[in-house]
Amino acid sequence: MSLHKEPHPDLPPPMTSVGVIGWLRKNLFSSAPNTVLTLIVAYLIYISAVPLVQWALIDADWVGDSRDACTGGGACWVFVSVRFDQFMYGFYPESEYWRVNLAFGLLVALMVPLFLERFQRKGWLSAFILFIYPFIAYTLFYGGSLGLKEVETSLWGGLMLTLVLSGVGIVASLPIGIVLALGRRSSMPIVKAASVVFIEFWRGVPLITVLFMASVMLPLFLPEGTHFDKLLRAMIGIVLFQSAYMAEVVRGGLQAIPKGQYEAANALGLSYWKTMGLIILPQALKLVIPGIVNTFIALFKDTTLVLIIGLFDLLAMIQTAFTDPKWLGFSIEGYVFAALVFWVFCFGMSRYSQSLERKLHTGHAR
Amino acid sequence: MSEPDTSKPVMPTSDQPMIQIEGMHKWYGEFHVLKEINLTVSKGERIVVCGPSGSGKSTMIRCINRLEEHQRGKIIVEGTELTDDIKHIDQIRREVGMVFQHFNLFPHLTVLENCCLALIWVRKMPRREAEEIGMKYLERVKIPEQARKYPGQLSGGQQQRVAIARSLCMNPSIMLFDEPTSALDPEMIKEVLDTMIELAESGMTMICVTHEMGFAKTVANRVIFMDGGEIIEENDPEEFFSNPQHDRTKLFLSQIM
Repeated sequence: MSLHKEPHPDLPPPMTSVGVIGWLRKNLFSSAPNTVLTLIVAYLIYISAVPLVQWALIDADWVGDSRDACTGGGACWVFVSVRFDQFMYGFYPESEYWRVNLAFGLLVALMVPLFLERFQRKGWLSAFILFIYPFIAYTLFYGGSLGLKEVETSLWGGLMLTLVLSGVGIVASLPIGIVLALGRRSSMPIVKAASVVFIEFWRGVPLITVLFMASVMLPLFLPEGTHFDKLLRAMIGIVLFQSAYMAEVVRGGLQAIPKGQYEAANALGLSYWKTMGLIILPQALKLVIPGIVNTFIALFKDTTLVLIIGLFDLLAMIQTAFTDPKWLGFSIEGYVFAALVFWVFCFGMSRYSQSLERKLHTGHAR
Repeated sequence: MSEPDTSKPVMPTSDQPMIQIEGMHKWYGEFHVLKEINLTVSKGERIVVCGPSGSGKSTMIRCINRLEEHQRGKIIVEGTELTDDIKHIDQIRREVGMVFQHFNLFPHLTVLENCCLALIWVRKMPRREAEEIGMKYLERVKIPEQARKYPGQLSGGQQQRVAIARSLCMNPSIMLFDEPTSALDPEMIKEVLDTMIELAESGMTMICVTHEMGFAKTVANRVIFMDGGEIIEENDPEEFFSNPQHDRTKLFLSQIM
């Protein structure tokens, strides 16, 4: 017997292990139990999806302006289309819708360059969006200056209110959460104790309680006659509540950074804040992007709780609409629509976080 | 500080010591980790610190730039005494560069950014100037072509050379090496040692905690042996290896040689 000296040539894989058939064999029919499971699941999908498609698309009614138009026996999307403006803008005066559209349109236009690789001044633009844009948006929404009619916050509602609440919550809770997380890991006992007390207090109470406190209890403690906007109170409650969660997520990231990173930064003479800002936080936040986005998504959905203190977000507007005697019995369509809108936003955030993670991955190891 | 002269070795003769440690003690809680350390390092000296693990070698050199705090005694670096005063700590960290066992490069920054970061943020240097200096030192450690890569894409030996370049960018007058080759695969040790030898030849004042006895023999002009938190023996390398005085030194040398 002699040793095989020539390199063995690469042979093509057998037909049954690649392509569609290969994929099916490997993933769906690899063994008898798996084949049975595949067939059961296929049957379940079949019996649930077919009626759903039938109801939501095939038998559905799309056009019309009252419930009389719904004769197909399926979903009555007429309900959603008739009430669509209210779902989007709440009780905001119809003549002023353009202000809301302009504000959100402006935000989208400002954010587009942030996603472009080649755009150079991302820092300045981000700063503009974070610090200047809120004033522009507030002026447009609330009015009362520049010849714009004043629109009370009690008239704000629908998706617009949901986006305002969650936008403010997201933008404010991350920096506060970071500061709290750093505070909790601080070597200064008072700073540390204050952070721990804050985080544990806000994490320990349900959001509903916070909102009730903000809307019912707080005015009792304030001097009589002080006007403190209800929406603002709800916002502060949401921000404080979510920043406590955010703090714990960020702390998880901080703890994962090896001690050597701090030591190297110290040895180079970087101060505490520079070490944190340039070395530790960029790495820690990158590690906890999934957790941060998880909190954002939870926050976005939790804003629906404001309906119990009488703010009309998207879900509250929909619920109000199907208690209208003219539209009784269309709650399913309303809830499906609400679910769809929330899902689109949450799924968008989730996808964005995944692309961000991929972009920031620089091949780890210390 | 002027640039280190790369042509000729500077002889270890200078009046003012670079580092002066007098009667230093350190405790970790109840544990007395450093006992009565006295050490004077002159300009241009290359000192190798060796000893069994847990003997306090790393802790001692980490006290010099305040990564660890000492509780008794004095540490004076280039005339500045190390106290709680943050100004003194900053002053000393300006003069002292450090290289770690696990490199501790910043994984989210490129090699060049690792080198420039402190120049830009601590020395307030314009980015362009900082990058020139960064490239100069990357060339000196012979990896300018890796400047745009991330540390995770480099081999261990290359990473450690980047770490050396990063320290040198700050133009320190003293370099501390904390077991710089212990985490490296055997075939990469030489490239790092060569870089350190080159640095020693340029006249840099160096304190190296290392188990590389070959390096100690060729480069050091003093070898310090520590055990149990004390300096047991201190001698020039030839004497140290051929004629160790203490039993513990003899035992240690017999175990590693």
